Amino acid sequence: MTHETASSLQPPKVIFSPIGWMREHLFSSVWNSILTLITLYILWLLVPPVIEWAFLKASWVGTSRDDCTPGGACWVFIAQRWSQFMYGFYPEALRWRVDLAGILAVLWGGPLLFQRFPWKKLFGFSFLIGYPLIAWWLLYGGDLFGMTTVPTDQWGGLMLTLVIAAVGIAGAMPLGILFALGRRSELPVIKAVSIAFIEFWRGVPLISVLFMSSVMLPLFLPEGMNFDKLVRALIAVVLFQAAYIAEVVRGGLQAIPKGQYEAAQALGLNYWQMMGLIILPQALKLVIPGIVNTFIALFKDTSLVIIIGLSDFFMIIHRATVDPAWLGFATEGYVFAAAVYWIFCFGMSRYSIALEKRLNTDHRR
Amino acid sequence: MKQKTLLAAVGAALTVAAVAPAQAGETMDAIKARGEIRCGVSDGLPGFSYTDEKGVVRGIDADFCRALAAAVFGDANKVKFTPLTAKERFTALQSGEIDVLSRNTTWTMSRDTGMGMVFPAAVVYYDGQGFLVNKKLGVKSAKELDGATVCIQAGTTTELNLADYFRANKMKYTPITYDKSDESAKGLEAGRCDVLTSDQSQLYAQRIKMANPDQYVVLPEVISKEPLGPVVRPGDHEWFSTVRWTHYAMLIAEELGVTAKNVDEMKQSSNPEVRRLLGVDADFGKAIGLPRDWAYQVIKQVGNYGESFERNVGKGSPLKIERGLNALWTQGGLQYAPPIR
Repeated sequence: MTHETASSLQPPKVIFSPIGWMREHLFSSVWNSILTLITLYILWLLVPPVIEWAFLKASWVGTSRDDCTPGGACWVFIAQRWSQFMYGFYPEALRWRVDLAGILAVLWGGPLLFQRFPWKKLFGFSFLIGYPLIAWWLLYGGDLFGMTTVPTDQWGGLMLTLVIAAVGIAGAMPLGILFALGRRSELPVIKAVSIAFIEFWRGVPLISVLFMSSVMLPLFLPEGMNFDKLVRALIAVVLFQAAYIAEVVRGGLQAIPKGQYEAAQALGLNYWQMMGLIILPQALKLVIPGIVNTFIALFKDTSLVIIIGLSDFFMIIHRATVDPAWLGFATEGYVFAAAVYWIFCFGMSRYSIALEKRLNTDHRR
Repeated sequence: MKQKTLLAAVGAALTVAAVAPAQAGETMDAIKARGEIRCGVSDGLPGFSYTDEKGVVRGIDADFCRALAAAVFGDANKVKFTPLTAKERFTALQSGEIDVLSRNTTWTMSRDTGMGMVFPAAVVYYDGQGFLVNKKLGVKSAKELDGATVCIQAGTTTELNLADYFRANKMKYTPITYDKSDESAKGLEAGRCDVLTSDQSQLYAQRIKMANPDQYVVLPEVISKEPLGPVVRPGDHEWFSTVRWTHYAMLIAEELGVTAKNVDEMKQSSNPEVRRLLGVDADFGKAIGLPRDWAYQVIKQVGNYGESFERNVGKGSPLKIERGLNALWTQGGLQYAPPIR
């Protein structure tokens, strides 16, 4: 047993200078130095030509292909087609309706994404019930209250992509939770139905579901009977994604300790109270990354509606690139498509991280 | 007893329904009841089907559907276009999602006979494999290509046709294969090969994409048969004939010099052929349920075949495709229509 105090050590050196940071992170060993140099070389090869093509030599203003200089990107093509890429074939005079639906979604639904604020419950309920009806009225019209009908085959572009994604997300989430609960149910019929549903929809490719719904279904229906193509696609997307959500949520349910169930039952809560107040809030919080993962996949999967002839954002860009007046600018079109998809997916991803942080109560390292 | 009779009646009705052949005029009746033609077009092919800056579906395939609407309804705008991929086009037609498939589809025997669809013998565009060369090469005919290096897309029938053609003409060649048609075009541009081979309609589209399109020329030879035309379901003779004769009317109009501009004056023409075409003297549309002025409306609203061709793929378009095989029979081409009599 020693009685001397241990000699005090210097605190670990923390270097804040850029050179020090680089020495520690990029050149800490011979092997790391080599890797760093190789990476820098590859970046040097790739980045300058891309910047030169996309910005320095690019053409931004004009009206036709003659306004574009060779060697650089021709963003004129995107600018000329901008409104078509956004609204598809929606009649120009009525496009304010799409804008209004979008603005309403942001102003009405947007606040729900943020921290608590007064009347959040009122806001949330009115949005969930009211917004779909109003959005349907604005976008489709249906000749109600003086709104002319815009048939869904005139919908297109980014607007259609967002409609499919939003309906898919809003429909798949509650349905998925129900099937997740159903699969863990002790009632054999509910359990069997849930398992059958989930396994069926997870076992078939989305593209074949869309194909069946669009092309094969009319074969079985009587002549003249015809569902709206978009509605068929929406139902297919919702059912398909619900199966994935169900499995993600089930993963969360399994992570909740048995004690939580027992405690809830000991308090005298019935099944729905137990699930709604105790289990689901914890389970859903746990699986936020998985849910957002599914939603991001759903957002990108919307481009599969190409197979049933709906002109979504990607399809509309593709069809524009084969216009003889603009042949040869496919690269610009696809780069633009990629950028827009990325912005939306990255946005969802960042929101999910923010949500995780906000809801985090424990389990932190 | 009553029930038995009822059952028997239902049974008889079912048997009749099952045995009765497809009603003549089934598709046509549905089209007229609906008030628009549902037309399947390509999901995107330069000059054949694409979306213009105003969001209108354009192209020679789309214009053919407009002509059908003009013939049936007297209004070329009563069409709903459905863009279809190559995979789903036939299923869409067979299931009744569309009334007519106007989507650069090659007319072959197996498609015409065994797949629940028929080609109304209206070839809107005679395509075929051709050659694109750099003008610097100084070649005027494919027969001069002995020893050439050929850029080609791998794994297509194009490859087989090329081999056959060179063997038949006792010429040698070196193939350079690419996975995508765009890459093979880049190969020609970079000088890796002397000549690029593909379907002619494709070659013209590839030519526009090049940095200097005027430097390249499509040779006159066509070494394979790719007749592209509309397809319908069998069983409706009225609709079948409407599709066929709409194309023929456009051909006859070009032959007689009737255009969208002069069609009104032409109604006063003394030429009996013109008068029959425009329904002045006799009503040929009646037999297939079309209005008397069906051909007049087609020409007035869409134009004759030559006008549609030049506007979409020919001189009036950036593609600048030569008439070639698609010239009228009177001008050395293959476009020939039986007379209206």
